[in-house]
Amino acid sequence: MNATLSSKLPGRIVLLLVFGFLYLPIAVLVLLSFNASGLPTSWSGFSTRWYGALLSNTDILRAAGNTFIVAVFATVISTVLGTLLALGMETRRRKSNGLEALAFAPMVIPDIVLAVALLTFFSRLGLTMGLHTIVISHVIFDLAFVCSVVRARLKHFDFSIVEASRDLGASGWTTFWRVTFPVLLPSIVAGALLAFTLSVDEFIIAFFTAGAGRSSITLPMQIYSMIRFGITPEVNALATIVMGVSATALLISQWLNRQQQVP
Amino acid sequence: MSFNATRPTLLAAPGVAWLVALMVVPCLLVLSYAFFERGVWGGVEYTFTLENFARVADPLYAKIFLNSARIALTATVVAILIAYPAAYAISRAPRMSQPILLFFAVLPFWSNYLIRTYAWIVLLNREGLINNLLRSLGYTGEPLSMLYTESAVITGLVYNYLPFVILAIYSTLSRLNPELMEASRDLGAGPVRTFLRVTLPLTLPGVAAGGVFVFVLSIGNFVTPALLGGGRFQMVGNLVYDQFLTANDWPFGAALGAALILTMIVLLLLQARATAHASGERKGEAAQ
Amino acid sequence: MNASSNPILRIEGVGKAFGPVTAVDDVTLDIRENEFFALLGPSGCGKTTLLRMLAGFESPNAGRILLEGKDISPLPPEKRPLNLMFQSYALFPHMTVRQNLSYGLEMERLARTEIHRRVDETMATTDLTQFADRKPEQLSGGQKQRVALARALVKRPKVLLLDEPLGALDKKLREKMQLELKRMQNEVGITFIIVTHDQEEALVMADRMAILKDGRLLQVGAPEDVYERPADRFVANFIGVMNFIDGKVGVDGLFAAEGLQVKASGNAGSATLAVRPENIVIGPPGDLPVSGAIVDIAYHGLDRVLHVKTTASATPLQVRIPASGAGNWKIGDALSLKIDPARCRLFQ
Repeated sequence: MNATLSSKLPGRIVLLLVFGFLYLPIAVLVLLSFNASGLPTSWSGFSTRWYGALLSNTDILRAAGNTFIVAVFATVISTVLGTLLALGMETRRRKSNGLEALAFAPMVIPDIVLAVALLTFFSRLGLTMGLHTIVISHVIFDLAFVCSVVRARLKHFDFSIVEASRDLGASGWTTFWRVTFPVLLPSIVAGALLAFTLSVDEFIIAFFTAGAGRSSITLPMQIYSMIRFGITPEVNALATIVMGVSATALLISQWLNRQQQVP
Repeated sequence: MSFNATRPTLLAAPGVAWLVALMVVPCLLVLSYAFFERGVWGGVEYTFTLENFARVADPLYAKIFLNSARIALTATVVAILIAYPAAYAISRAPRMSQPILLFFAVLPFWSNYLIRTYAWIVLLNREGLINNLLRSLGYTGEPLSMLYTESAVITGLVYNYLPFVILAIYSTLSRLNPELMEASRDLGAGPVRTFLRVTLPLTLPGVAAGGVFVFVLSIGNFVTPALLGGGRFQMVGNLVYDQFLTANDWPFGAALGAALILTMIVLLLLQARATAHASGERKGEAAQ
Repeated sequence: MNASSNPILRIEGVGKAFGPVTAVDDVTLDIRENEFFALLGPSGCGKTTLLRMLAGFESPNAGRILLEGKDISPLPPEKRPLNLMFQSYALFPHMTVRQNLSYGLEMERLARTEIHRRVDETMATTDLTQFADRKPEQLSGGQKQRVALARALVKRPKVLLLDEPLGALDKKLREKMQLELKRMQNEVGITFIIVTHDQEEALVMADRMAILKDGRLLQVGAPEDVYERPADRFVANFIGVMNFIDGKVGVDGLFAAEGLQVKASGNAGSATLAVRPENIVIGPPGDLPVSGAIVDIAYHGLDRVLHVKTTASATPLQVRIPASGAGNWKIGDALSLKIDPARCRLFQ
């Protein structure tokens, strides 16, 4: 901004280095996924064979299917619960510290702790574990994130429009569907997309609450078992697809958040 | 909605119920296990004991705890040292491009953790990209063993959590009234003293928030030490994992988990105090 | 008033452009020692940019800034013996009032005892002693304003720059602080340059003032000069209230509009006559040369402003009369008026 105070150059160099650090490893992975040999040893030509290999790998396809099912259920449940929780918290007269802590905890609790707690809990209840227990567990942190996104919108929600609607003769129910909900919708969708992304990517809690059978393996669990012992060419292709999906969901979520920003 | 007193409570109820039943209760349950003896074939013998906590303090485990605290602290410091200049540079960029820069700084954070960690396996492996690059540059010696080292674990942790630290520091930087820095210059402080006496103290809450986040997630991490440390660098997270899934000593694992949560709570409280201390002024009240 | 006539600060052909936008355009200005100088103009006129160039936060694209004859434009802000009181006050929120005041002296590497002494002294003169250990967030708006002023004054700058110093205060407090600032300036004997968009504030406080518009300097002078003899139509309109009457100057040197004639020296051609509301005399219908009718009356306490419709101009003329003055005028009343040729201006 000001030539006498600071030059732009050092800032640009810092940004270049940091963005290089953040994106080079990912870029390498994406590039490798199109390398015919699949290995970082040498570039042996452009090929999509590893993408083809993915399609014929039934383990991966099943894991992807499981992940999708888990993410969809967890997203639907957590979006409803998270939105209601956000409305409840933001319309309270007094802030409750206990409630704040409860809604905040899932975002900061070490996932390994939550994972073993849920494992202990489910086995104590004698519940058979599977995809359903993963869904139940994912809803915990998903709903906390949905809640925080919707609350951020509610913080500069002008509650006088609700009063205006009532003043103009609408009932509480009508007001909610005609006024409150449409205003909140972009943030609800943004929260849902975030929840979906988190669920698709979540590994540790799924790993502990999936139960013993191979039938409830999710994609991150499948990836973990593939990369434990080094480089697997198929993973490069899989990683590229997963990152592409996450990035797209995030871009949409961000865009929606931007649309509703109050100037 | 004309909100009466019961309405908010009703709205919050299902979410609260879910969190209490499936987070609070399980956590308390697993915590209670820490006070019982281990069953003969695994499982839990309901006899009260404090032995599990004594074992956490046992030199063998205390060493792992301290060692992972050291690794986590190193990762935290490195992350802050990289994130601060980055956040600062973003906050100095033209207004229009700041959200875009920030978005791309945070984007990797939302992609799969395993994949981001795997990317470093590809880079650091003996047959990996860096060794290949060195060879093509004419290096003929033994390939460097960069993977399965402590540095690899720290690199992985820094890489994974850096975006959040940038975000945390940026958010305090962007809320600073730029006139405060100008006032400091006007009163005779050069850029360095302005940074040390005005900018840094006022952005400490962001640094603390980012730092606590990296530390807590690093010390409880088990994926990164397992993948980039090759299991040779035990961290508390791995220890908890082992007690539940291999050693089958749930009470001890529970005690370790309790120690982890306690560490986290203490750090969060410290961070809250740091934030309250530096009561940061919000954006300029009347910028023209 | 207490201003001597040697210039302490000379702004010489200074210009500043942000990309294609010219913020300050070739401004030349002398500020005299110990004077209270006001830079006045509507928002966006470049006054703040000019002030920031003096403080060192913007560097001019053209021209020089001379302080006591030395060019200070290459110096960074911390090396300039000028201090700025920020519009937002910019008090350090993590420091107490005392720490805020000490900061600038610590930068001069003065001895602790000396710093303490000077801070105490300044806090006493600015009435802040009792707030020494408070943080800015525990202060009221007026108190913050005083801390900001004290923090700059304690450095004993050659020139104190004030960026809309009273903008954040309410009207009552603002009027009190205007006099306070003026008293303070008298006491410390430092040159004050104040930036404001409030013409009343400039008239009350300044020894001299400069009016800027679109980055250009329109007029410099004492408040009386500017008020009585505005340089152009913009200044005339910006400072105080002014009636404008469009008309023509004839070959006889008389200004004429519909139903109105005033003696005015000017070249023949179209012209605008500007007259202040207090310089119009009124009387019963037919007594004076111009006749009109009252369309509105605004009561201001001490005086009243009559809006009088005449044939001379499309907008009614404003006429100021003492509230206690003779006459019990009502809306709709007919009257006659006269413009004092000695007290009006002609713009062509």
